[in-house]
This record gives sequence, C-alpha cells and structure tokens, in this order.
Amino acid sequence: MNIVVCVKYVPDAQSDRSFRDSDRTVDRDGVDGLLSELDEYAVEEALKIVEAAGEGEVTVLTVGPEAAANAIKKALQMGADRGVHVEDEAIHGSDAAATSLVLAEAVRKATGGTPELVMTGMSSTDGVMGVVPAMLAERLGLPQVTYASELTVGEGTVTIRRDGDTASETIEASLPALVSVTDQINEPRYPSFKGIMAAKKKPVEQWGLADLGIDTSQVGLDAAWTSVVSVTKRPPRAQGQIVADEGDGGSRLAEFLAGQKFI
Amino acid sequence: MFELSQDHEDFREVVRDFATQAVEPHVAKWDRAHHFPTELVPQMGGLGLFGLVVPEAYGGSLEDADGGAFTSLCIAIEELGRVDQSIGITLSAGVGLGINPILTYGTDAQKERFLPDLVAGRALAGFGLTEPDAGSDAGATRTKAVLEDGQWVVDGAKAFITNSGTEITSVVTVTARTGTDPEGRAEISAIMIPSGTAGFTVEAPYDKLGWNISDTHGLSFSGCRVPEDHLLGARGHGFRQFLKTLDDGRIAISALALGLITRMREEATAYATSRTAFGRPIGANQGVAFPIADLAVMEENARLVTYRAAWLKDEQEAGRRSVAEVKQAAAVAKLYTSEAAVAATRIATQVFGGNGFMEEYPVARFYRDAKILEIGEGTSEVQRMVIAKGLGLPTA
Ligand SMILES: Cc1cc2nc3c(=O)[nH]c(=O)nc-3n(C[C@H](O)[C@H](O)[C@H](O)COP(=O)(O)OP(=O)(O)OC[C@H]3O[C@@H](n4cnc5c(N)ncnc54)[C@H](O)[C@@H]3O)c2cc1C
Repeated sequence: MNIVVCVKYVPDAQSDRSFRDSDRTVDRDGVDGLLSELDEYAVEEALKIVEAAGEGEVTVLTVGPEAAANAIKKALQMGADRGVHVEDEAIHGSDAAATSLVLAEAVRKATGGTPELVMTGMSSTDGVMGVVPAMLAERLGLPQVTYASELTVGEGTVTIRRDGDTASETIEASLPALVSVTDQINEPRYPSFKGIMAAKKKPVEQWGLADLGIDTSQVGLDAAWTSVVSVTKRPPRAQGQIVADEGDGGSRLAEFLAGQKFI
Repeated sequence: MFELSQDHEDFREVVRDFATQAVEPHVAKWDRAHHFPTELVPQMGGLGLFGLVVPEAYGGSLEDADGGAFTSLCIAIEELGRVDQSIGITLSAGVGLGINPILTYGTDAQKERFLPDLVAGRALAGFGLTEPDAGSDAGATRTKAVLEDGQWVVDGAKAFITNSGTEITSVVTVTARTGTDPEGRAEISAIMIPSGTAGFTVEAPYDKLGWNISDTHGLSFSGCRVPEDHLLGARGHGFRQFLKTLDDGRIAISALALGLITRMREEATAYATSRTAFGRPIGANQGVAFPIADLAVMEENARLVTYRAAWLKDEQEAGRRSVAEVKQAAAVAKLYTSEAAVAATRIATQVFGGNGFMEEYPVARFYRDAKILEIGEGTSEVQRMVIAKGLGLPTA
C-alpha cells in the first residue's frame, strides 16, 4: 500500500515562541523548527504498515517555508521513501481551510489522483486546531477516521480504535481513507545512522502553487476565513505549592483540592 | 578542515535528541538506585550506535560511513556522555572492548555467532584484562588457561570489568596465561567465555564513587571449561591484540570527557547567568566568569584533540596514517581531556556553590563521574609513559 503522510514543520516547543507584530502569525524566523512531534506518530505508523505489508511506499508531504525541508528530512531519515515539499510565498498566513486545499491538491498530484491511505497527526503542536485532517478528507472525498490510538489495515478496509473519556470506539472505514493518529498509537523510532545516510539519496519534489493549479488568491492571509485579532503572552506560571508528606500527605492533598473546589 | 561533515552533524542531532528524550529524564533516578537500564541497550542498537564501525554483514553501517565511522562513534559517545557518563561508557566499552576484539581477531564463525546480537543491542560483551594484581602492569596477568581434551580450562580472577554482568551480557573475553614462550616469558592469549559457563562467576557489583549506572563486576574462574575454538585470535597474541584495541578506546574516552566538559560549560554558564548574589548575577563577577571562560577553552581544546585523533584513526583505517601516529594522538587526547574533565567538574560545582554539592543538580553526579576518566583505559601516568615512549625518550 502507498501511504501519504502529511507533516508539519513547527517551532520547537522547548524554545520561546512568539508572534510577528506585523500580521500576528507565528514567528518562524529565528526559532529552531522541527518535525511536529505529533506527526512523528503518523510517520511511524505508516512505516510500520508498509514494513508489515512488505510492499508499498511512504510519501511525506509538507506545506511550509524553505526550512520545512527539515521536517521532510527527518521523516526520510526515519525511513519514509520520498518527500514532497510545497513552498510558495503566497501561502504564508494561510488558515486551516487554505492549508487543507493545498494539501489536497498535493496529495492528488503525488498519487496520480488516487490516494490509498492518507495519514496525519492529530493536530500540530503550534496551531493545535486539529481541523486540517477533517478538512483534507472532505476535500479529497475520503472517509475520515480521526484520533486513532490503534490502527489495523485489512482487505480494502481500515479499522481504528478511538479512545474517548467514557468509551473506546472501534471504527471501520473503506479504503481509500484518511486517518489521523494520536500520540498513544506507537513509539516513534529515532533515525538510525543507516537511515540518516540513506535519506540523502531519497527524492524530494518541490512544488509551488502553480504546479498544483491553485490561484494565489485562494490562499494566504488575505484569503483566511479567520484572523488573529490580538495576541497576549501567557503570564509566567506561579510557583507551585509543595506538600511535604509527614504522614498526613494524603489528607493535606485532599484539603488543598477541596479548598480549590476540585473535589 | 576544522568542522565535522554535515552527515556527522545530522547524526549528532539524532543522538542528542535520543539522549535528551530517552536518557536525561531518568539518569538521576538510575544513578541513585545504581540501576543499569538494560532496556536502553536495544534502543541504542536501534539507532545503530553499536554498529557504526561494524560491516553491514553483521548488521552494522561501516560501508555507509564514507570513511568517517570512528568519528561517528566518538560523536555518539560525546553526546551520550554530555547527558550521562555511565551511558556513554556503556556504548564506548560495548564497542571498544566488547565488539572490537571479536571483529578484529575473531574467526568468521565467532563473528557470526556473537556480532549480530551485539550490534543490535540485544547483547553486550566485556573484555577482562585487569586483575586484582595486574592493572597498569597488565602483563602480570595470573589467570591461566590450560588446554585439556580440546577444552580450555580457565582459573583465576578479573577485576573491574565493564558490561560483564548485565542481564544481556553474552560473552566476556579474558586474557590468560596459556604457557611460556621460548624466552621464558608468560604467553598470554585471549579466550572467550560465554555468560553462564559453569565455573564462571560474576561477583556482586562494586560499590563505586561514580559511574553508578554502568555495570562493573569482578569475575572469577574456577575450572571453567570452554571449547578450544573459543580462543580469540592467535595463541600467545592476547596481550598484543589487546594493546592494539586500546588506542581506539582511549580516543573514545576522550570523547566521553569532551561530552562532560561541554556539559559543565553549559551548566556553569546558565547558572552564573540566573543566580544572583549581592544584587547582580554571579557571572558578572570576574571571579566567577573567568573560570567559566577557562571551561570554554578546555572544551575547545578537548574538541580539537579528540576529533583530530578520531580523524587520524579513520585515516589509519584507510591506510593513510600510521598506527604509531594514532597511538600518540590517542594518548595525548585521553590525557588532556580526562584531566581537563576533572578540573571542569571542580569549576562547575564551585560556580553552583552549595547547590553544586547537592545531587539535585547534575553537576554533582558529573563531579563523581569524572575521576574515573583519569584511571580507566590506562591511567594518566600510563598515558604519559606512552607519550614519552612515542617521543623516543629512554625507557626504564
Ligand atoms: C569503573 C571501572 C571500569 C573498568 N573497566 C575495565 C574493563 O572493562 N576491562 C578491564 O580490563 N579493566 C577495566 N578497568 C580497570 C582499569 O583499566 C584499571 O583500574 C587501570 O588500568 C589501573 O590499573 P590498577 O587499578 O591496577 O592500578 P595500578 O596499576 O595498581 O596503579 C596504581 C597507581 O600507580 C600508578 N602507576 C602504576 N605503575 C606506574 C609506573 N610504572 N609509573 C608511574 N605510575 C605508575 C598508576 O598510574 C596509578 O596511579 C576498569 C576500572 C574501573 C575503575
């Protein structure tokens, strides 16, 4: 089976993140970026499926600035077979709807119009909206099975487990389909030395909007349906309260929680 | 000329991610519990760390390395050592003492039997040279092996053997006297003793000053029998063979020390910037800033001698440099970096003041871990002996 995994290049969550004053988009210059950790689970799951099947290819697709090539590089080092990087000045500031449009056209082009399985993380670690997978499925006309914590590929079907607060659902969809996965589904591998060296020889396609037949007016900040009106930095977290257990730790914890009306 | 290749830097990034995500969060706890994290070894194997200098045929990636395989290994040891010295030595000894002798001197059958598991991190191997009464003077080995009915019967004891008693240790190669040569000197050979062989006892772990996460045991052999084909390399060449693999090990220890020095520079700089006394960051005082500047100098020097020695080793593998040149560079690197590492921990703990004496901060652990760098794989005195000899000075 051939799988397309959509991945995002995001600012490192460890470093200080900020927004640009001019247009209130995430400032991606001057911060270290990386492959969104939540997307690593999708890459890992795709690799496992292909490895278990003994055939097929994993294509990683990203839409993002020049540095986003690093997200593809990481996925190729992990073992993906090829990369597609969609980069275009006009894409800057795109909202989820526009991003899903670009992704959809790129998935079509990468698969000759017939994707078998499209995979994504459950959300990005920077925007954290989690709507792109659903929008992308809609645009591609695929069944969407989201938030998979377990995934099995059968004959022409895909079955997932989705864990909710009160119940776990088992959901089956016919292939082709789009699946988004959670951070519970697997433990992403680290690239091996071999993988790092092999990645250098793997093909990466570079596409612009024109290659996908998308007009620049359909994307970018101006085409966005939503806009960020203002941004306020989160106040620094207050020092936590430490309860030293002198035999009464349990009841003092309970007192604290009750005092805060948590219990 | 003075930078590593992009491939090497890409590899460093992956090892650093692994070290900070899979190792760092646990080391304080493991150190306190003197716990060897067996499960980490196959994970390191998955990254390919044990196979960097091993051919593809045994699961390694030597052929992929563009001639920089040993340098890659040093990068991995440096990055692990920056997070925890015990984990760094587990890799360093696993490759240098466990895998290398088998790879270099083993028969095809021996290599096929042991290497694939060692490279994958499913197993570890140790090398036992040191004895209670033979360390720096390793030629004084007393352990003996006698060939009897097609079996080596081994009797004796080894001291301080790294990776020898883990749950996944598959084999320990030991040096033993197998006779006397025509000039009446002890004939020393290397013999592989698989874990679990009757008569082979792994003693209780040592109570150490540092390297608490690393596995170190005394070993004893009493009427321990292994088949004749467990001889590693040529009979009577055990000592010479070992000395040869030691040069690599010294460069690897140098990389381990470099990781430590780097970490001390990082820790001291961060602390001196955030800690205030007398209404200003302590780093604003030259009394604090200058020793930290010295840390940067040590780091820079350590980096240069380590990677020059590693490069020489890679060049020597390609036949472009002599063994003597590598030996000298390895001893110089090991001596300088290990002594600088001890000094670096002294500086860093001083910058941390009382907190530097607390196990709550990693500098305390590094302080305990540093000292062994001046002792293992040849003491500083032994390095000076090697260097002096290399200069052609008269010997005693
Ligand atoms: C944690 C740990 C792990 C180890 N792992 C291994 C292992 O895996 N395999 C292994 O074989 N060994 C291992 N060793 C042993 C280590 O290599 C030896 O301890 C080291 O070589 C020193 O030998 P020694 O302890 O017998 O000291 P000695 O040789 O007794 O030396 C004592 C002191 O005398 C000095 N000295 C000795 N001779 C001279 C001389 N001629 N001139 C000047 N000074 C001299 C030494 O430098 C040292 O300062 C390990 C040791 C430790 C502590």
